[in-house]
Amino acid sequence: MTRKGILGKKVGMTQVFDQNGELVPVTVVDVTPNVVLQKKTEENDGYNAIQLGFDDKRAVLSNKPEKGHVAKAKTTPKRFVKEIKNADLGDIKVSDKVSADVFQAGDVVDVTGISKGHGYQGNVHKDNQSRGPETHGSRYHRRPGSLGVIINRVVKGMKLPGRMGNNRVTMQNLEVIKTDTDDNVILIKGNVPGTRKSLLLVRSAARSSAKRIAKQIEKRNSNK
Amino acid sequence: MRQSKLIEKITQSQIKKDIPDFRPGDTVQVSVKVVEGKRERIQLFTGVVIKRHGSGISATYTVRKMTNGVGVERVFPLNSPRIAKINVLRHGRVRRAKLYYLRDRSGKAARIKTSTRR
Repeated sequence: MTRKGILGKKVGMTQVFDQNGELVPVTVVDVTPNVVLQKKTEENDGYNAIQLGFDDKRAVLSNKPEKGHVAKAKTTPKRFVKEIKNADLGDIKVSDKVSADVFQAGDVVDVTGISKGHGYQGNVHKDNQSRGPETHGSRYHRRPGSLGVIINRVVKGMKLPGRMGNNRVTMQNLEVIKTDTDDNVILIKGNVPGTRKSLLLVRSAARSSAKRIAKQIEKRNSNK
Repeated sequence: MRQSKLIEKITQSQIKKDIPDFRPGDTVQVSVKVVEGKRERIQLFTGVVIKRHGSGISATYTVRKMTNGVGVERVFPLNSPRIAKINVLRHGRVRRAKLYYLRDRSGKAARIKTSTRR
């Protein structure tokens, strides 16, 4: 399966009116043109991929191997470098730019990012478990439940309190509301993982259901 | 570009410039575009503005009126393209920003004094 993709940075959320006059919640993703740093091929690397770089960083923050790598693409060191496997970005060469117009309004995308960290949280907040009664002498308020049969160890994967969030999360089948090559932004309907300024990978949707969703979007937009 | 500035810039094009100055307590007539099948017509909603909320493109206002003894409130996005026109009929003099107290009143008690504000 070939996928389009671009790297970006979450700017924040706002609302825009669609052509039916409905107010739609959107996340603004800053996609200042990405630079193609490397093309990986079946013969050379064992798989096909395009490596993109986003967000310039100071030369001081990069080491020699990094500098050498970006020098091949005649560009500055990048903060965020990711590969897109089996990329469908048309005929593209190293040092070419990939900008917001890889996606159009109505496209269905997956967005990958690092979710917000919530710190150490109990089961009620972290795993969506129910709490115990507050009163009537229950003495069981927000604790984890039973740990199962007594086998002198805890079964792997048991839901227990711990660090919540700060995971790599992919949200699937999100709608692109607008792309803008002047401001270099993509507007994606709804929310995406992570805090503001967090780095994101936007790819065309992987799921087969995306086609159905794309059709629905097209139908809705052509109604007017 | 600063992040908040960028968001402002993106929404700029959809922000209306011809919105009259109105505040809570004012009586307004809102012309709402209603689509019926293929046809589009204008429906009027007249009442008292009981609140203004939010800023930028997300700004809304709530209009309250009495219909057959039942209070009806509608929340309109300030910059909605579905609103053809906002007509300010009367400026009211009120001492609150949010006139929720009108919900508990009816008839004479729900009157609002006219203000001479221009």
